[in-house]
Amino acid sequence: MSVLVYTESEQGKLKKVAFEVASYAKAVADQLGTTVTAIAINTNDTSALGNYGVDKVLTVSNSELDTFNAKGYAEAIQQAAEKEASQVVVLSSSANSKYLAPLLAVFLNAGYASNVIAAPSSTAPFTVKRNAFTNKAFENIAISTDVKIVGVSSNAFGLVEASGSATEEAFTPSITDLGVKVESVDKASDKVSIADADIVVSGGRGLKGPENWGMIEELADVLGAATACSKPVSDLGWRPHGEHVGQTGKPVASNLYIAIGISGAIQHLAGVNASKVKVVINSDPEAPFFKAADYGVVGDAFQVVPELIEKLKAFKAQQ
Amino acid sequence: MKILVCISHVPDTTSKINFTDGDTKFDTNGVQFVINPNDEFGLTRAMWFKEKQGANVTVVNVGGAETEPTLRKALAIGADAAIRVNAPATDGFSVAKQLANVVKEGGYDLVIAGRESIDYNGGMVPGMIAGLTNANFINNCIKLDIEGTSATATREIDGGKETVSTSLPLVIGTQKGIVEESDLRIPNMRGIMMARQKPLTVVDPVDTNTETTSVKFEKPAPKGAVKLVSADNLDELIDLLHNEAKVI
Repeated sequence: MSVLVYTESEQGKLKKVAFEVASYAKAVADQLGTTVTAIAINTNDTSALGNYGVDKVLTVSNSELDTFNAKGYAEAIQQAAEKEASQVVVLSSSANSKYLAPLLAVFLNAGYASNVIAAPSSTAPFTVKRNAFTNKAFENIAISTDVKIVGVSSNAFGLVEASGSATEEAFTPSITDLGVKVESVDKASDKVSIADADIVVSGGRGLKGPENWGMIEELADVLGAATACSKPVSDLGWRPHGEHVGQTGKPVASNLYIAIGISGAIQHLAGVNASKVKVVINSDPEAPFFKAADYGVVGDAFQVVPELIEKLKAFKAQQ
Repeated sequence: MKILVCISHVPDTTSKINFTDGDTKFDTNGVQFVINPNDEFGLTRAMWFKEKQGANVTVVNVGGAETEPTLRKALAIGADAAIRVNAPATDGFSVAKQLANVVKEGGYDLVIAGRESIDYNGGMVPGMIAGLTNANFINNCIKLDIEGTSATATREIDGGKETVSTSLPLVIGTQKGIVEESDLRIPNMRGIMMARQKPLTVVDPVDTNTETTSVKFEKPAPKGAVKLVSADNLDELIDLLHNEAKVI
């Protein structure tokens, strides 16, 4: 009966998003009058989950699952859901969770709602609100299957602390043939990814060329932010595709999004609209992005950004 | 090699999003429909397999007759044949079940579908087809090579990418990167003429349940006016971000 939540980790350490999905699972469990069980795969220390409403943690330790495998992870979560007789399974919106969710839906014959931004408005019928039309609208969706899978949008529900502690129980799912083998991983370990970042600093064609990205990276460094770019910038090859944010690129749902030299085409705005606070720095006061932003600076990026970096450094030093 | 490319019929990226019938239906009035961009990237890669490795490419869509121009466009780009499953595309799971049935009937080696449609953003159809047909699955696929029944692919992960190996039958969820934007093909007159001669088969749907139902749409609240800060007074911006927005 308990609500099952998959709490993700990276290199054995729980990710921040694990606490957000745990908070969400707790809200659902309170509505249903039940408890929260987490499943943690190859995670060293799960004790902090108790602070976000988790009652029990099923800990899976399996060397076959050392690198992420959507099918293997989906099988583990499926068996945990069956063991707990869970009617609701909560996942995040990380690339890995979105990868495994549809497989899990088939395994559990469960309806799946992705990009969910709020606790259920009703549990019978089970109704949740999600982002659709690339953040241009919300869709209220009712899931009618016995088991329901909710993929929670990043930074939408937030962290909700609860006093409590979680018990641990070792869990050994049986994993069949994985089918897909990871040969190599190419990931900058010293950089924050767009998906995990609280702050994203993004540059557009207004920066004139790839050689001018030094100040974008420096600003991101000062803020502990991820770097991103607009579509023309990635199409021109100034920055890698992985940094392209917008409708056909990566979605951004950060707390703070800083757009520098980006005019704000409708497709770009759609992709970043889920960010809470948007700051635009652009020399053109008519740039459409100003209409979608919370704060704006009309000015030359090549003067504003270096000055902002210096002022932020001074501000950070005082904190 | 037999390839099936799943085509979603979606509003153009510049469309204004409005709803009708008490905010329960998407308003198609004045909306231009296109091939879902994530599907089009995959279709373009499929053309490469057709031209370089002799693959046969079929495109498929679940929807009413109004989606046929989108399928014809895919034929004009170069697909060999098209299938339309004559059922409304109500929710991701039932669409995946219809497509899985087409995959089983046709015995496809490789199924290509965009990682998500740009309208409902469900992001579930490719993975569900893989689960329902017991095929291997790679999502966010940005590179794919096939040799015999072995496949090597690159997939985008949060903060980087990884290279994986697997085998056919395979389903991939595609996005920009599997081909470049500049590789996308605009149908020429010859392609459009030839598309008229190519088979577009309408098949009846299989029975499915509806797992999720769209109840009501909402539009985001209108945004308040932007607060402009002078470029000479960036301390004010830092102050606003720290004390008002509380994000730094």
